[in-house]
Amino acid sequence: MASTATHHDHEQDHIAHLREKHLMLDPLPRGRMNEMVMESMHDTSWKFWVVFGILSVIVAVFLFGAWGYMIANGLGVAGVNRPSYWGIFLVNTVFWIGISHAGTFISAILRVFKAEFRRPFTRAAELMTTFGLVQAGFSIFMHMGRVWLSYWLMPIPNQRGLWPNFHSPLSWDLLAITTYLLSSTMYLFLPLIPDLAMARDRTPDGTWQKTFYRVLALGFRGTEGEWTHLRHAMNIFAFAIIPVMFSVHTIVSWDCAAATRPGWNSTIFGPYFVVGALHSGMGAVAMVLAVVQSRMKHMKYFIRGEHFDALGMLMLLVSMTWAYFFFNDYMVQWYGGDKWTQQLLHFHEAGPLGWMWFAMLIFNVAIPWATLWNKKWRSNPWLLFGVGLLINFGMWFERYIIIPISLTINRMPFTWRMYTPGVEIYLGIGTVAFFILLYMGASRLIPLIPVWEVQEGQMAHSLKKYGRETVVTISELE
Amino acid sequence: MTTELKISEISANFAEGEQGKWGMAIDMDICTGCQACVAACAMENNVPFVGEADSGYGRSMHWIRTERFWEGEFPEIKMTPYQPVLCQQCGHAPCEPVCPAFATVHSQAEALNLQVYNRCVGTRYCANNCPYQVRSFNWRDYERPEPLPNQLNPDVTVRRRGVMEKCTFCIQRIHRAEDVAKSEGREVADGEFAPACAQACPADAIVFGRIDDPESAVSKMARGARGFHLLEELGTLPAVTYLKGG
Repeated sequence: MASTATHHDHEQDHIAHLREKHLMLDPLPRGRMNEMVMESMHDTSWKFWVVFGILSVIVAVFLFGAWGYMIANGLGVAGVNRPSYWGIFLVNTVFWIGISHAGTFISAILRVFKAEFRRPFTRAAELMTTFGLVQAGFSIFMHMGRVWLSYWLMPIPNQRGLWPNFHSPLSWDLLAITTYLLSSTMYLFLPLIPDLAMARDRTPDGTWQKTFYRVLALGFRGTEGEWTHLRHAMNIFAFAIIPVMFSVHTIVSWDCAAATRPGWNSTIFGPYFVVGALHSGMGAVAMVLAVVQSRMKHMKYFIRGEHFDALGMLMLLVSMTWAYFFFNDYMVQWYGGDKWTQQLLHFHEAGPLGWMWFAMLIFNVAIPWATLWNKKWRSNPWLLFGVGLLINFGMWFERYIIIPISLTINRMPFTWRMYTPGVEIYLGIGTVAFFILLYMGASRLIPLIPVWEVQEGQMAHSLKKYGRETVVTISELE
Repeated sequence: MTTELKISEISANFAEGEQGKWGMAIDMDICTGCQACVAACAMENNVPFVGEADSGYGRSMHWIRTERFWEGEFPEIKMTPYQPVLCQQCGHAPCEPVCPAFATVHSQAEALNLQVYNRCVGTRYCANNCPYQVRSFNWRDYERPEPLPNQLNPDVTVRRRGVMEKCTFCIQRIHRAEDVAKSEGREVADGEFAPACAQACPADAIVFGRIDDPESAVSKMARGARGFHLLEELGTLPAVTYLKGG
């Protein structure tokens, strides 16, 4: 009998262990879980408002103040010159579009492939897409010489018959980014509807939040018909947004690839940029999740080591893919043998900013490969935060090397000149602050955890006993 | 290069890059590097002075510049010939397709590369894509201290901050010559007028005229054995021919 008791204990330990590790096997009553998510939104300490206030000041001064100063005085206050006509503005544009890619990737691709670990953090990633695109928009409009006329790039019918030039990669950009912003916002909104309805039902009458949730929830009541429509719409969007996502960064890469510049006209730039975008975006998701888990109430229940583990594996995979494309791009350009490209490749590594080239490779390849292979390490939120931060620096360096440093070298050596950033540094800091500010604001208003998706996943998962063995079973709900 | 498309519904001719109408020949062997062309161009076209600091930082706005290099290591250095570089008025210009606002267009009448200042929103893509790096951007509103405003050329627009500009082959002079010729019921004669740089050149190193007329002075010079085009391998069909090696 003793052996049976031991076996039983083992069994209980095993189940407890599974529950502790996997969110999907650790269900809570639905009411309690909804309450937890509501509390995570309302539990705001004074520290939050201090950070919020500081960031607001940074946004006001660095982003809007410095931008206004630049509009009033011309782009001379920035560091752009001949031949680096594009500087940090475009670096930041590409960087923020890159950040925005991870949201869709994690949310749509993992949803389509039914990867269960995605459930608690799809929304956190989708919010990054929308807010990242806002910063990309700021960055690209900032770099325009006469931004007050930027509406001329829109195909607006007018009596003078003036029309944008659809041969220009910048026009393709405008269309691609606008499409991506609109579709990703709708894709963020659709799975949000049931959670907004949940928040509406749990917000006292007469508050402005109640009105906010009531309007946005579109009268969702959770009937069978509503769920069917919602699932249908989400399914369409999840599939449709994946090609949009791949096309956006490919088109952004064509700004460079379609130009006649050494170092730019590389045919591999499309996929190279997409993978680079995923690389920085995954790192950013890891950073956001680490902060959310440690700073928001009840988040230790929703976001666990298994999620960081899965993200870490994805980051490692993306890092390897990026390394391949980097090598491929370098090889093809070097093998092309164009004398200006040769000069440029040498300038990348041995020029005055050669340290950036090496830092890029260390941050993007060496450090992720050295750390993320280990399951225990990559399950650690703060380690993943650190790796994600370094990857983001590395990817920013990559864009800096591709845009201002590569522009330094052209076919007319008489005009070669280094680029020294000016006011655009503050504008860049302003976009970072604005991104965090928007995210913090959203975390007080929008349920950061898609509760219904977690609950759905928990309903689908169960522990069943087959003979003496306890196994995890997943049923198909949809 | 004319491509004829034969698709069942569509039948169209796409002219992709055509040799220009007006052209220039620059004899590097007699250029003394005196910069008179640079000064004359700035006067004629209201090109602003950006000051020493901005100029040193690569923001000078001259539409024409005189390039010169040293070859070899000190003290065994050899100077390369002076090379005035201006907009090459490409027949197949890389700057034109990349402008999202159609501010960089090819004129049909003059077969020149035009910059429409009013339409420019300042994306600076054209300047990135110009292999000759001859486009100037108005980084600021540059001041013209008194009495300099009195010498502004009324035939040329004064540009504001945030727009791109570049050499126009002195299109205002082309138009004036054409108007005069038309009122007298004749064609513009070869050598009847010249852009400011060619007019100011004391060595007559810059010759301007019709390159579609094989008998013009510029065509004869360009046909010579010393003639070459800048970055010819890019297929931009420049209208400027350099002469070197005589």
